[in-house]
Amino acid sequence: MFETLILILDSTVRLSTPLLLACLAGLYSERSGIVDIGLEGKMLGAAFAAGAVAYITANAWIGLLAGIAVSVGLGLLHGFASITNRGNQIVSGVAINFLAAGLTALLGQTWFRQGGRTPPLPEGGRFREIVWPFAEEIREVPVIGPIYSELLSAHNILVYIAFLAVPITWWVLFRTRFGLRLRAVGENPAAVDTAGISVTWLRYRAVIACGILCGVAGSYLSIAQSSGFIREMTAGKGFIALAALIFAKWKPANAMFACLLFGFLDATAIRLQGQAIPGIGEIPVQFFQALPYILTVILLAGFIGKAIPPKAAGVPYLKERS
Amino acid sequence: MSAGRLPRWVDYVLIPFLNLAAAFLVSGLVVILIGENPLDAVRILIWGSLGYGEGIGFTLFYATNFIFTGLAVAVAFHAGLFNIGGEGQAYVGGLGVAFACLALDRYVPWYVTLPFAILGSAAMGAAWAFIPAWLQATRGSHVVITTIMFNFIASSLMVYLLNNMLKKAGSMQPETRTFEDGGRLPFLNDLFPSFGFGYAPVNLSLFVALAASVLVWLLIWRTKLGFEIRSFGANATAAVYAGISPVKTIVIAMLISGGLAGMMAINEIMGSQHRLLIDFVTGYGFVGIAVALMGRAHPVGIVLAAILFGMLYQGGAELSFEMPNITRDMIIVIQGLVILFAGALEHMFRPAIVRLLTPSRPLDAKEA
Repeated sequence: MFETLILILDSTVRLSTPLLLACLAGLYSERSGIVDIGLEGKMLGAAFAAGAVAYITANAWIGLLAGIAVSVGLGLLHGFASITNRGNQIVSGVAINFLAAGLTALLGQTWFRQGGRTPPLPEGGRFREIVWPFAEEIREVPVIGPIYSELLSAHNILVYIAFLAVPITWWVLFRTRFGLRLRAVGENPAAVDTAGISVTWLRYRAVIACGILCGVAGSYLSIAQSSGFIREMTAGKGFIALAALIFAKWKPANAMFACLLFGFLDATAIRLQGQAIPGIGEIPVQFFQALPYILTVILLAGFIGKAIPPKAAGVPYLKERS
Repeated sequence: MSAGRLPRWVDYVLIPFLNLAAAFLVSGLVVILIGENPLDAVRILIWGSLGYGEGIGFTLFYATNFIFTGLAVAVAFHAGLFNIGGEGQAYVGGLGVAFACLALDRYVPWYVTLPFAILGSAAMGAAWAFIPAWLQATRGSHVVITTIMFNFIASSLMVYLLNNMLKKAGSMQPETRTFEDGGRLPFLNDLFPSFGFGYAPVNLSLFVALAASVLVWLLIWRTKLGFEIRSFGANATAAVYAGISPVKTIVIAMLISGGLAGMMAINEIMGSQHRLLIDFVTGYGFVGIAVALMGRAHPVGIVLAAILFGMLYQGGAELSFEMPNITRDMIIVIQGLVILFAGALEHMFRPAIVRLLTPSRPLDAKEA
């Protein structure tokens, strides 16, 4: 029983990592007032770039940089549309999702001719598990052993980066001047503008931060969790991250718990597939797949607390009427 | 945007044209990047979609889907709502069509089944839009987010239903039994053999879609409800002050929107596939956003935009035969670019045009 639990928790950590990174990415963007439903597209673009470049260079770090670059590029496009041109942020996000889905499959097929996937990564192209010191030695110790050597040790570096990003994000947003301004610009951009701070530049920085984290999230999928990119690899994870962001009420620590919860649901669903639970019977796997979305809708309906988005989210800022 | 007033033809013709041209220009660059000649690609695309009867038939078949989903997005637009749940509403709408066809196809001819299929699909689509609508209206949960969530819930629900309840006995395929003649709409090729639509699945639901376009036009611009929807969309505060009920307007607009999206299933399920199956929507709901944006949320514009996207779908399929380097994913790229330029960047060319068209003021003349 304990072992099963450790196994489920272990895969929970693995499955929630990309959600967490994308969720924190969305946090920066939405806190600054830029709604981003293009998380999915940015992750997909990054996953492809990372997979392709890591295959060619056989270097996971260069792959990661390529993933971040593509994701930031798409983020800047979103910024150009929604900050500079004051376009509809939802429409822009939808466009980015389409572009990423189409371009990754198209370029993947043109460059590698394997039906849109990138070839398996060579040695060095993939982030490997980091085994903590003495993990093997204390594996047999009851309780602490499995927790240390299965749950904490033996993940790749991006997993640790994701969980480290939570306190860092909290510190940036709630303990720095930049963070204060970022949150202010999402609530009342006119006030920030009056204080002589550029709304445009602040929001662009938020969009870039979002791009960087989304880039890590996408790269994790193609060069850490698996070896290479496959079509539609993100499979809705960007939208689950968006749901988690709402579920977390736009707060970093909550975001971690929301992502862990959604990751846990996913891990449990995989574990329970085809197994009957005593007293309840077999739960269809589709139920677990839909559960994050159902929970988010229930939350949005105001039945579990209330999710209040940043006040200026989705509203383009117009400095002066001309 | 209040920056300068422009003549109507600029707003309704020139700017959409420029946006579209920009989208196609960038698409051409993508084609060059892949190493093909964009002009050849355009020629194949146009010939493949309009050059022969069967091609036209396929173009119209796809256009039928896009008219329904485009109208769905447009009706919500007029109420100031963004329904991006067309995908899920159309998917669940398939249930309504399938129930009508499975119940009636062995006993009555298709023209008796059709009204039930229309009602069923519209009712199921509307039902799927109801919860997001009601939550938006009464609890303020953003309809964009809830409709996205409902797309995913619909997808899980339909996979479950098809795998566990609707699957025909003794089959591994997650799909219902094939409908008999009473559950099949006639193909236009059988009705009008002289057009030579060949094997194209374009069917009678094209006329249902055109009728829906007329009805939507009547509803939005010629009825009290339409006036309320437009007023609410233009300025919700003023509309409420004028005595328009926000809850009623939001819910009704979303129900109509969901119903129209659901009716897309008539074309796919009763018109072409003749059985309910997994993933028959494949993005048509999302394309509705592009169609509505390009068509400026007006039924005439939507029909034209739907035909254009139908051409892209059919021509793109042809293109992937002729130029194997350009897979069907190219269509998704073009759609993304159209949504980007015609939607998110729609104001990009405006300041330049305002500057070009506004005559210089007397003040400037004095300085010069």
